[in-house]
Amino acid sequence: MQNFSAPSASSPGHSADVADDTGLDTLYEIETPEGIDLTAHVAGPVPRILAYSVDLFYRTLILIALGIALTFAGKTGVGVWLLASFLLEWFYPVVFEIFRGGQTPGKRAFGLAVVNDNLTPVGWGASIMRNLLRFADFLPFGYCAGMLSMTLSGCFQRLGDYAAGTIVIYREQGVHATALPDVAPAPPPRGLSLADQQAIVSLTERSGVLSQARQQELADLIQPVTGKSGEPGLRQLFAIGHWLLGARDGKHKADTP
Amino acid sequence: MKQREFEQRHEPLWQQLDNWLAGYQKSVARKADAPEGAPVFDDIPAAYRCLCQHLAVAKERQYTGNLVARLNLLVMACHQRIYQQGSVSRNRWLDYLFAGFPRALRAQSRFVWLACALFLAPALVMGLGSYWNDALIYAVMSPEQVVQIESMYDPGNRVLGRERGSDSDLMMFGFYIKNNIGIAFQMFASGILFGLGSIFFLLFNGVFLGAIFGHITRVGFVSTFYPFVIGHGAFELTAIVFAGAAGLRLGHALVSPGNLSRRHALREAGHDAMKIMYGTFLMLVIAAFLEAFWSSSTEVSIAVKLAVGGCFWLLVIAYCCFAGRRDDPAALEGGR
Repeated sequence: MQNFSAPSASSPGHSADVADDTGLDTLYEIETPEGIDLTAHVAGPVPRILAYSVDLFYRTLILIALGIALTFAGKTGVGVWLLASFLLEWFYPVVFEIFRGGQTPGKRAFGLAVVNDNLTPVGWGASIMRNLLRFADFLPFGYCAGMLSMTLSGCFQRLGDYAAGTIVIYREQGVHATALPDVAPAPPPRGLSLADQQAIVSLTERSGVLSQARQQELADLIQPVTGKSGEPGLRQLFAIGHWLLGARDGKHKADTP
Repeated sequence: MKQREFEQRHEPLWQQLDNWLAGYQKSVARKADAPEGAPVFDDIPAAYRCLCQHLAVAKERQYTGNLVARLNLLVMACHQRIYQQGSVSRNRWLDYLFAGFPRALRAQSRFVWLACALFLAPALVMGLGSYWNDALIYAVMSPEQVVQIESMYDPGNRVLGRERGSDSDLMMFGFYIKNNIGIAFQMFASGILFGLGSIFFLLFNGVFLGAIFGHITRVGFVSTFYPFVIGHGAFELTAIVFAGAAGLRLGHALVSPGNLSRRHALREAGHDAMKIMYGTFLMLVIAAFLEAFWSSSTEVSIAVKLAVGGCFWLLVIAYCCFAGRRDDPAALEGGR
């Protein structure tokens, strides 16, 4: 089945195919038991390192604060501090991954989440596994093994991810329905190919995102179709886009293709 | 059907699913109150399947990216909610403690014995070696370390173990937890490097342990050293071996994946290894507790300590060998 990721380009069908062929797309696709292809974007090393740094910062902060607070408790304090540092070192990510939907504070800051490779939430076993194997990923120093494994893997999995069967994906925020430009719909000219139709619809939908100059530049590319250039050409395209999306005004009867 | 019509027709269902997700996130207790705004559909899976069909249709008809992205997001959220793992019930924990853990050990007995050999063989060699030859221990330790260890178990000392006041049991508990469990975790984790890490840590710890045992025995601090180590050793040494065995299981999956791909073999191995690691963790906590609060106490007589320590060993070995034998699914399968 053909698929395309929303924000990639103005002609979605083509770009997705090219990306799939070269293997450069970070799109992760699984077939669910319901028989549909569920897609997610896997996160690469850079955001994960940044998220890890944030977590490291929080952990260090907690340990320093505890250290200061427990100086008054003498040797008992040292014992409690050692216990705390043990728990923070090994189980800090586990607790958050289980109870916060796969997101440690660092991952939340960068919109990442840990999930099983069938895109279901991680359980205790998988989470503990991937975090215990952090030590192997750290070897020989500074997460070298993990980086190597991530770069060689198709879905940026470090050793722990392989053993636990987990991946780190972007948890996308809600897509807000963008306001379409306020133009009365107009019927498209005859003989408009499917790719052209999609391109026009995409342009209409993204009118709020692109700059005015860029939109006009794009609109001028298909001047032969609209027969107009500049501002009127763009408005004409928006009108066609509205029509293709299914909008009709009073004059035209709705048709069913 | 044009996209707008499609959206208008199915918007109510999507909205309801959205509300269901949001309501669930905010509080589970809302179900009891049942306000008017609660989701009206009674069959979530049916609604979810319907939504899945909408996504498939939207993709097939090449509706715009925004709509597909929105539906994908909604499906993803529902997927995560519907397919989340059930929480572990209390009974499963008890079952694991009384049967699951020893069964997992016996299922991986090859690796347990291998880890045992890798740990004990160097320990035996170094132990006998440094018992007969007083210079051998300096091959693995600096003279300062040797002096420090000797002073720990010097019968002249009133406090056993690491030198400390008796008020600092809790501090040592923290230390043992962090240090010993950390070592076990590292031993397990490094097993993924084709088993080499686990082998290294097992040999390394075996050599050290053997050297210390041999040297202390040679020096003649027997009356303080053995009563100290026998109690928690029953849990600690066995747990270290088990952690090594779990690591070897991981490494073995990569070296010899059998009929599976390495990726799948590793996942299977991870599953088996985790069953061992839960129990190992528990044993190490017990060991740290004993080491901090029992082994080091000077009020209990040596004979009592030796007897209790011996009982611990018997208990651990009996537990590993016999617990969970009754209606063991593996045994039943094996007897066919």
